[in-house]
Amino acid sequence: MRGLEVVLGTLAVMALALAEGASNRSAALAGGGTGSAAALGALLLYGVYRRYRAWRYQERDEDLVVSRGVMFRRQSVVPYGRMQFVDVTAGPVERAFKLATVKLHTAAAASDARIPGLERDEAARLRDRLAELGEARAAGL
Amino acid sequence: MNAVAAPLHGPPSWQKLHPLTPVVGGGRLLLVFAVVAAEQATIRQGGSGDLALVIAAGALALIGVVLGAVRYLVTRWALDGSTLHIETGLFRRDARKLPLARIQAVDVLKPFLARAFGLAELRVRLAGSARSGGRLAYLAEPVAWDLRARLLAGHHGLDQSTPQPAERPIAAVPTGQLVASSVLTGATALVLTCLALVIVLFAAASSSSPAASSTVGAGTFLLALIGFARATWRRVAAQYGFTVGLAPDGIRLQHGLLSTVSETVPVARVQAVRKVEPLVWRMLGWCSLEVDVAGSPGEEQGTRSSRVTKALLPVGRSEMADRLFSDLLGLRQFPLQPPPRRAAWKSPLLYHFLSAGSDGRVVASASGRLRKVTTWVPLEKVQSVRWVQGPLQRAFHLATVHVDAAGRRARAEIRDRAVGEADFLFQQLVLDSRGARRAASWLERRGASPSTTLATGQPAPPSPLRGA
Repeated sequence: MRGLEVVLGTLAVMALALAEGASNRSAALAGGGTGSAAALGALLLYGVYRRYRAWRYQERDEDLVVSRGVMFRRQSVVPYGRMQFVDVTAGPVERAFKLATVKLHTAAAASDARIPGLERDEAARLRDRLAELGEARAAGL
Repeated sequence: MNAVAAPLHGPPSWQKLHPLTPVVGGGRLLLVFAVVAAEQATIRQGGSGDLALVIAAGALALIGVVLGAVRYLVTRWALDGSTLHIETGLFRRDARKLPLARIQAVDVLKPFLARAFGLAELRVRLAGSARSGGRLAYLAEPVAWDLRARLLAGHHGLDQSTPQPAERPIAAVPTGQLVASSVLTGATALVLTCLALVIVLFAAASSSSPAASSTVGAGTFLLALIGFARATWRRVAAQYGFTVGLAPDGIRLQHGLLSTVSETVPVARVQAVRKVEPLVWRMLGWCSLEVDVAGSPGEEQGTRSSRVTKALLPVGRSEMADRLFSDLLGLRQFPLQPPPRRAAWKSPLLYHFLSAGSDGRVVASASGRLRKVTTWVPLEKVQSVRWVQGPLQRAFHLATVHVDAAGRRARAEIRDRAVGEADFLFQQLVLDSRGARRAASWLERRGASPSTTLATGQPAPPSPLRGA
């Protein structure tokens, strides 16, 4: 396998989980159990960390491989030639952390190749490279 | 798009729609007007007619006709070389170019009213959203047939004056079987069960107030019956006289009682094939066959044949479906393998109905207890391959492999296989589909039409015969 394997940061999700953990704690405080709330927060954080670690992608010669998920593990292979277009989006949280999401669209509705939490430069590079490869290997429907 | 007042690109010879277009377009409203007017006229003789109603209906009909006339005036089309141009729109000009090479399917529709005037509507499907196709309504019928032949000839890279090739009839659906199949569905069983339930309930309750409850029961029964009859009628009328034929330019489908539809799908444009066997039909050895085509026709208007899925055979015996499968698509059936025994623990209800396999050209999968669906996806049409494993599957060391084709639900789902097998399949399908894709694009680049080579082995000689 030639491509570089990059582990991504879904920092946005982490931040969200942190906030969730905090709110959980305050709710639990009212109930009187700080320790359980902290444990819950830690568990959540660990879950998010696992999710973040599981999300990876690989650019191969002919196709892009994206794998993700801890509970539900998924791995997709999308040939460059089948790509219809590439999307780069960045929500407000992602923007705050200078991140972006790259999404590959094929003619199939079920195709699922989304790479969130990419550094902005990496996202742009990936978009350009995918577009270029798609152009070179384009196949009709 | 700078479509506003687009100057002529080259000199395509523009043509108009048929002058009767406004009449057919506003036809329904005209009909309403006629009915209202006639009704009021008869009442008027009694001395209590409502002139306002007649005027309103007349105004509505007039608007319909005027809109149709405007559409007729602003729409024009031309066919040059490899592109069909359609320009339309009064305020918002819409100029579209439909490259013939990208055609996914060509349909000729004859709604009832258009049929009465000898007109037809032509629809061209391209891949992509609903707005990317083209629609010409209405043309004189011979013009529509001629245009269809030209479009398809152009699509296959032939000279456009090539006459429409003759088609070889493959199958027809007898009316009796069509009606029987429409009546014998799961929905019918459900309706009947509900009805029985209602009747029993009311019979039980009727001891207190017999008259009222029996009226309600009868009303419910009647309503259900009307709904059921309507659904059955719609299906029978739409699929009446269904014939399937194979011509060098594609699969030809014709059906319809009052409104008729003729569809042509180039074989190479078939994304996936599905064989559907509902429980009741399965007992009779019947099934239906559907194909998925990428893309949809022009503006979504009406539901007639606007779905992406086309019935290749609305109902037929299993052997007939198998024959169609091999004759039309040039594919062979191959035995499917069941998942490992332990999958029964994960999917106890489905286990006996799961099977899948691949022969290096096509991947197939079957599933469904009540409504058994077998899907075939040609490997050169594969858009993406996915490997999925849920927590329960992990506990049993199982995994599912999805093979997606273009469209919303065109995919083969190889469910609950042993992890090792799933991994192997996943790798193998990626490799096989890559090979198949290369071979297909190589064929296309050579200018050979994959559809003819796939389906018949040799391009049939052009014949002056015109398939109706």
